[in-house]
Amino acid sequence: MRQIRISGSILVAALAAAFALAAQAQELAGTLKKVKETGAITIGHRESSIPFSYLDDKQQPIGYAMDLCMKVVEAVKAELKLPALKVNLQPVTSANRIPLMQNGTIDMECGSTTNSVERQKQVAFGPTYFVINVTAAVKKSSGIKALADLNNKTVSTTSGTTSVPLLKVYEKTRHVDVKEIYGKDHAESFLLLAQDRTAAFVMDDILLAGQIANSAAPGDYVILPESLRQEPYSMMLRKDDPQFKALVDRTVGAVMKSGEIEKIYAKWFLNPIPPKGVNMNFPITPQIREAFANPNDKGV
Amino acid sequence: MFLQDAPEGGVQYWELLVSGLGWTLAVSACAWVIALLLGSAIGTLRTTHRAWVTRVGNAWVELFRNIPLLVQMFLWYFVAPEFVPALKSWVIAADPAHAQFLSAVLCLGLFTSARIAEQVRAGIQSLPQGQRLAGMALGLREPQVYRYVLLPMAFRIIIPPLTSETMNLIKNSSIALTIGLAELTFRAREIGEYTFHFFEAFSAATLIYVAIAMAANRVMALVERRTAVPGYIAHGAK
Repeated sequence: MRQIRISGSILVAALAAAFALAAQAQELAGTLKKVKETGAITIGHRESSIPFSYLDDKQQPIGYAMDLCMKVVEAVKAELKLPALKVNLQPVTSANRIPLMQNGTIDMECGSTTNSVERQKQVAFGPTYFVINVTAAVKKSSGIKALADLNNKTVSTTSGTTSVPLLKVYEKTRHVDVKEIYGKDHAESFLLLAQDRTAAFVMDDILLAGQIANSAAPGDYVILPESLRQEPYSMMLRKDDPQFKALVDRTVGAVMKSGEIEKIYAKWFLNPIPPKGVNMNFPITPQIREAFANPNDKGV
Repeated sequence: MFLQDAPEGGVQYWELLVSGLGWTLAVSACAWVIALLLGSAIGTLRTTHRAWVTRVGNAWVELFRNIPLLVQMFLWYFVAPEFVPALKSWVIAADPAHAQFLSAVLCLGLFTSARIAEQVRAGIQSLPQGQRLAGMALGLREPQVYRYVLLPMAFRIIIPPLTSETMNLIKNSSIALTIGLAELTFRAREIGEYTFHFFEAFSAATLIYVAIAMAANRVMALVERRTAVPGYIAHGAK
């Protein structure tokens, strides 16, 4: 009999605890609830998406996207009143980033992920923090000023990228005739341009800037101010988690509206960055300025 | 899937595979001619009794055999033109496909010539010393000993390894995709990347490679049977 009475009081205590938790859970849901309960948030980062998210010489993830994610982490600490919030860092690749987000391994991804309509069926995105243009890098000495000047020229591009079909479509619609050489990676496509084997290298502008910055004579090259297509980059979040997404939108939106974003942008795109002190030398494009002025999560 | 239009416009995917097959066959055939001619010559030189000639032959074989094929492909395509101004200006002016084709043919031809040279040498040295001596005893000069006595027997012996080498050459031609030549493997990858049907694209490429290699094998087996000398050690496959 005594045993039953004791277990009865335990039951009452457990019920009380459960009600208390339930009361709290009404306020928090999704990622924020998980973070509150575990006292930790897990950030997915890339290892070589320079300068967005990459490892420095101490193997610590740094970059433009990492800085913005840390702003979100600060906001989470304030929101949940958890000053001792633990930040776990999980490296991800372009192949596993979406599955790891869906299965809850990472709570947000800070890298160079294109916000596409297709991906929005599986994950959510924060405000666009970068917009790439698919365009061409040429040598200044070539006198090429526009994509149309590439008529009857040879261009290099990297096989397996979206640039190849874009270039084909451009050729067809504008009646421009170019010959393509396919490099197996960006470095090889750039080498063909550097050796004057091709007149231009067609690729995402920020990738072109990275190749130029690392080349022997960065001053010799120029990126054409035209665009075959634009793609927005943003933080990846879990789908159907309005509470956390609202916090991310609010935080990143405030950084953009306050102009603080300009300083963060300049730090990574206009100044020498670790580990080798290379300067990307990539001023804000009109598309990026537009994304900063009107924070949005529209995909392509 | 192979009947869909490719994003390149105006062509269907199966046509991409066929054009890839064309490049694969053209590269393999041209490289094979170079490899057989040079390989035979150098393999033969390595068995003569002139020290410096043997040394040149050995150097050739070691040079082309000891550098990975992938590296050689890069050297021919990216590095060689940098050292020869005339070649560089031709490469810039020419159709990129021609420059890629030439690099691939030279690279594969010379690489395979080293391997064939080694087989020719082995074939000649497998003959009893008495054959050479008998030829000289008949009053034949050295080139004649090779032409009428040693080489006819040596080549019959080495037909089976030559068959393997031919099939290897065809498969090695896929390395040309690294310099952008749009051969069969390049096209299979391209189709995979456009459609995400990697399985189908590479299955098709695999079947085509198997078919070409089998055809080469059958042709060589025919040669082996036709040239067989009754009673001699290397009689043709039945």
